Amino acid sequence: MTRDELSKLRAGDFFYYSGEIYLARDVAHSRICKLIEQGKSLPFELQDSVVFYAGPVMNGDKIISCGPTTSARMDKFTGTILEKGAKLLIGKGPRSREVQKSIKENRAVYALALGGCGALYAKSIVSNEIVAYQELGTEAIRKLLVDKMPLWVGIDAKGESIL
Amino acid sequence: MTHKFGFYNSVLMKTIYYKQIIEAVSSACKKIVTILDREIVAILRSYENSKVLEMMLKNIELAEEENLPICQDTGTVVVFAEVGQQVHIEGGNFEEAIHCGVRDGYQNFRKSIVAEPLFDRVNTNDNTPAIIHTKIVDGDSLRLLIMAKGGGSENKSTIKIFAPTATHSEIEDFVVDWIASVGAAACPPYIIGLGIGGNFEQSAILAKRALVVPLRGVNPLGVYDEMEKSILDKIQKLKIGPQGLGKYPTALGVKILHAPCHIASLPVAINLGCYVHRHCEVVL
Repeated sequence: MTRDELSKLRAGDFFYYSGEIYLARDVAHSRICKLIEQGKSLPFELQDSVVFYAGPVMNGDKIISCGPTTSARMDKFTGTILEKGAKLLIGKGPRSREVQKSIKENRAVYALALGGCGALYAKSIVSNEIVAYQELGTEAIRKLLVDKMPLWVGIDAKGESIL
Repeated sequence: MTHKFGFYNSVLMKTIYYKQIIEAVSSACKKIVTILDREIVAILRSYENSKVLEMMLKNIELAEEENLPICQDTGTVVVFAEVGQQVHIEGGNFEEAIHCGVRDGYQNFRKSIVAEPLFDRVNTNDNTPAIIHTKIVDGDSLRLLIMAKGGGSENKSTIKIFAPTATHSEIEDFVVDWIASVGAAACPPYIIGLGIGGNFEQSAILAKRALVVPLRGVNPLGVYDEMEKSILDKIQKLKIGPQGLGKYPTALGVKILHAPCHIASLPVAINLGCYVHRHCEVVL
C-alpha cells in the first residue's frame, strides 16, 4: 500500500496490510534517533517505511509469535521517525498528542494490531531477516514480508483518532 | 507421584526433590504460555460479539492447537510458593530449582529479562531470574502458583497510600480513574488485582496475588465482594473494550485481597493483568 492509499483510510477502519515492514521497539528507536542526531547512516531507509513495534518469539529462524507492544513507549522518538518519512506505524494502545499531530503533519497512519494475538500475527509473516542489532535478541531490527496482516486504523492521516 | 517420608525429631517429613521442582516449573511454564486458562476463555466466549473478540479467540485456539505462544511477550515468571513445614527439599537449593525450571521451560519462548535494569540492560538469555514469594505454611506439601506476567500490563500498575480515613468510594474512584487513564494501553479486557492494607510492599504483593484468585469466586468478606462488583461495574461503563476497539468487556474481573495495616495508613495497590492471563497451580 502506498502512502496515498493509506491516507484514504479513516480512523476505525479495518484493513489488511501486505508488504515489507520493519520490527523495531524501544532500544532500536533510541539507537536510530541517536544515529539521526549524529548524522550517521541508518540500519534501514525510513522514507516510506512501515514500522511495527514488536519483539517476536523465534523458533530457530522462524517467528512463531509476534504481536504488538505498547506504542506509547515509542512516543518520544516517533516525531523523528515520522519526519524521516515512515508512512505507517503499527502497535497497540494510545499515542501522545505530539505523535497525533506529527502523524497529521507527515500524512502517516498509526494502525492498531491486536495485543496478545502473537500466534495469529505470526501466521501473516512470510519471511524475516535480521537487519541490525542481533545482540539485542528479540529487540533486534528485523525486516519482515507480511501477507494480509489484520489491522485497524488508530490515527488516520488527517490526525483523527479512535483512541 | 511417590514421595519419600522420614522422621525428624518425631515429626513426619516429606522429601521433595530438587529435580521434581525443576520439572514441575518447566512444564507449568510450557503449558501456561501456550494454553490459556479455561476460566478466561469461557468469559471471553460469553462476550463474543465483535470481530476483535473473534480474532482474539482464534489466536487462543491457534496457539493451543499448534503449541505456539499466545502472546509474544511470554513474560516474567512470578511464583507464589507455599512450603509446608513438613517438607524437606533435597538435592539442591529451592529457589535455584525454580530458576532452573524457568530456564528449561523457556527454551523456545521469548527471553524478556535483562540482568541490570538501568545502565547495561543486557538480556540474561534464559528468562531468569523468576520473582519468588515464599511463605512457610502448615502441612507436608509444596504449592506453587505460577504466573507468566507480561510487561505491558505490569507497566500500568500503581500504588497509592491513602489517609486512614479514606472511604471505600474514594478507593473505588482511584481504581476506576486509573483504568480510565490507562485506556487500551495494557491489552484489555483487564484482570484487576487490588491489594488493600498491609504496608508499602505488602499491598503490592497482595495485588499481584489477587490476580490468581479464581475470577468467578466470591470474596469471603461481603463488603469486599460488593466492592469488587461495584468497581467492575464502573470499569465496564468506561467502554474501553477489547483492545480499545469494542465496547464490552473492559475488564474480566476485579479481585481484592486485604491485610491489617498501621493506624496512620491505608495502602492501595493496583496490579493490572492483560486478558492473556497466564497462570496455574502446581502441588507437590
